[in-house]
Amino acid sequence: MEKVYARTKTFQKEMVSGFCPGCMHGTVFKLIGEVMEELGIVDKTTCVLGVGCCGLAMEYITYDNTTSPHGRACAVATGIKRSTPEAVVYTYQGDGDLASIGLAETMSAANRGENITVIFVNNGIYGMTGGQMAPTTLVGMKATTAPQGRDPKEHGYPMHMCEILNQLTAPYYLERTSCNNPANVNKTKAAIKKAFRNQLDGKGFSMVEIVTSCPTNWGLDPIEALDFLENNMLKEFPLGVVRDKSKEGA
Amino acid sequence: MARVFMKGCEAIAEAAVRSGCRFFAGYPITPQNEIPEYLARRLPEVGGSFVQGESEVASINMVYGAAQTGTRAMTSSSSCGISLMSEGVSFMASARIPMVYVNVQRGGPGIGAIQPAQQDYAQATRASGNGGFRMMVFAPATVQEAVDMTYAAFDYAQRDRNPVLILADGVLGTIMEPVTLPETRSPEDVAQLKAQCRPWALVGHDPEKEARSFIAPGNWDTKKQQQKCIDNAALYESWKADVQVEELYLDDAEVVITAYGVSGRIARSAVQNLRREGLKVGLIRPKTVSPFPYESYEKLDFNRVKAILDVEMSIPAQMVTDVELAVKGRCAIETCLHSGGEIMGRAEIMDAVRKLCR
Repeated sequence: MEKVYARTKTFQKEMVSGFCPGCMHGTVFKLIGEVMEELGIVDKTTCVLGVGCCGLAMEYITYDNTTSPHGRACAVATGIKRSTPEAVVYTYQGDGDLASIGLAETMSAANRGENITVIFVNNGIYGMTGGQMAPTTLVGMKATTAPQGRDPKEHGYPMHMCEILNQLTAPYYLERTSCNNPANVNKTKAAIKKAFRNQLDGKGFSMVEIVTSCPTNWGLDPIEALDFLENNMLKEFPLGVVRDKSKEGA
Repeated sequence: MARVFMKGCEAIAEAAVRSGCRFFAGYPITPQNEIPEYLARRLPEVGGSFVQGESEVASINMVYGAAQTGTRAMTSSSSCGISLMSEGVSFMASARIPMVYVNVQRGGPGIGAIQPAQQDYAQATRASGNGGFRMMVFAPATVQEAVDMTYAAFDYAQRDRNPVLILADGVLGTIMEPVTLPETRSPEDVAQLKAQCRPWALVGHDPEKEARSFIAPGNWDTKKQQQKCIDNAALYESWKADVQVEELYLDDAEVVITAYGVSGRIARSAVQNLRREGLKVGLIRPKTVSPFPYESYEKLDFNRVKAILDVEMSIPAQMVTDVELAVKGRCAIETCLHSGGEIMGRAEIMDAVRKLCR
């Protein structure tokens, strides 16, 4: 019988995922693993994990891995890449990590045009700590620290990181995708591949923002969470390429 | 080798490069700006990288990243900037990543004063971040010592896979003195030093052929985390063999001055003057404040020593806590203190000793 699907060598053989049902971290790490295998870079890649649910992956992946202090992933990646330019370095960060506590590190690495790949997983809530309000929480969406829902008068509005970074000159590639259906999963994989390829070609800062669901902290079952993502998250965070310098002024 | 006339900060920076430092990230703060400024010029000449971080927090984490590849990496700051680095330093102490950083101390607490002080002793020796870790902390009193200690610090850091701190001050950072610079490590030697870190460093591994490098500043498993703390404690204990101290006239001293860094230098000068007056004064000057030279005090004859004078540019006194631990109540301990950027005066130290000799 022909083998048409296999776990990538980027995962530990005996791992059992601790991600919740309906969580998309597993999908995203799988896509990253496929891209790394297809580009033949598994043996020279380092993953810089942010702090949050994504940190569980430290036990799952097989290639070089470090954990940064909360929010500092882009600074840690800067140090790795600058001191060892032949390494392929990517950060994997949630919305609290990248857009709240790590906003300065994210913006500054993007502004310097660091030749790194940033995978930004945006589910609009703090997962690991139990559903607190994130910088990307939707207006009206309930969080354990915004029990009446996000109120713009008190909490402001969701932050759009691709668009914010698009104000800077240096970033090379910024795209927002999702993993809510097979077509979008494929688009996400293509975006991740492009973001890694840009680094291999020395193009500079690339970020893929992936809008995902968090059924556990949204208080929804996985199917309802997909509907919420489609009907609410994607209205606030429209998908598409925000910046692609490879397409500019050819 | 010919002696050169250099400013403390620049001499520290040059010593780092000669020891094989190839990465620096830092953020401007007085009185240590000459370290990053010098390295912004110097590191590219030797194939190294310099990054001006957006903050001390980012800078220490850039160093954290660079050091994880086995690259000799450094940062520097002053007092309140050092506080901002505490998160990254703690991560490095936990993940056991070698790194050297320099605190050119200024007045404190808070933004304090930009002038020299020694207000960060307790932070440096006891709690440079959360989690109860320790580091080797060198306290130079001359530019030459700063050079030699910085050069050696990278070797200690790599030996122990632990951060090492150079606890300098604004006097030492800005003073100019003649120094003999150590030998420059060749590009081959520097590459070799990086290669020696390969067993643990982030250098890329093919999972089908070898185990990955996994830098873990923490553990999900509580037993593993406890074992990490046990292993770290054993490392800290091993530093007893690395104590460095200057001792003067302890054989007949009736009053012993104890001081580190710039205060130690001024105290040394006071001791020489008082000896010419015929007063039986000695000196214990810790050159490592962590590990602290407790043994030096143990050697004293407390039937003869009337008092110890602890001299610091810190109010309240901080090193005195270690002196008390060493003396264990066997003689009086007095203090002579300055702070806020007010430099210690030799005459004051001499007056304080004369009073104790009466």
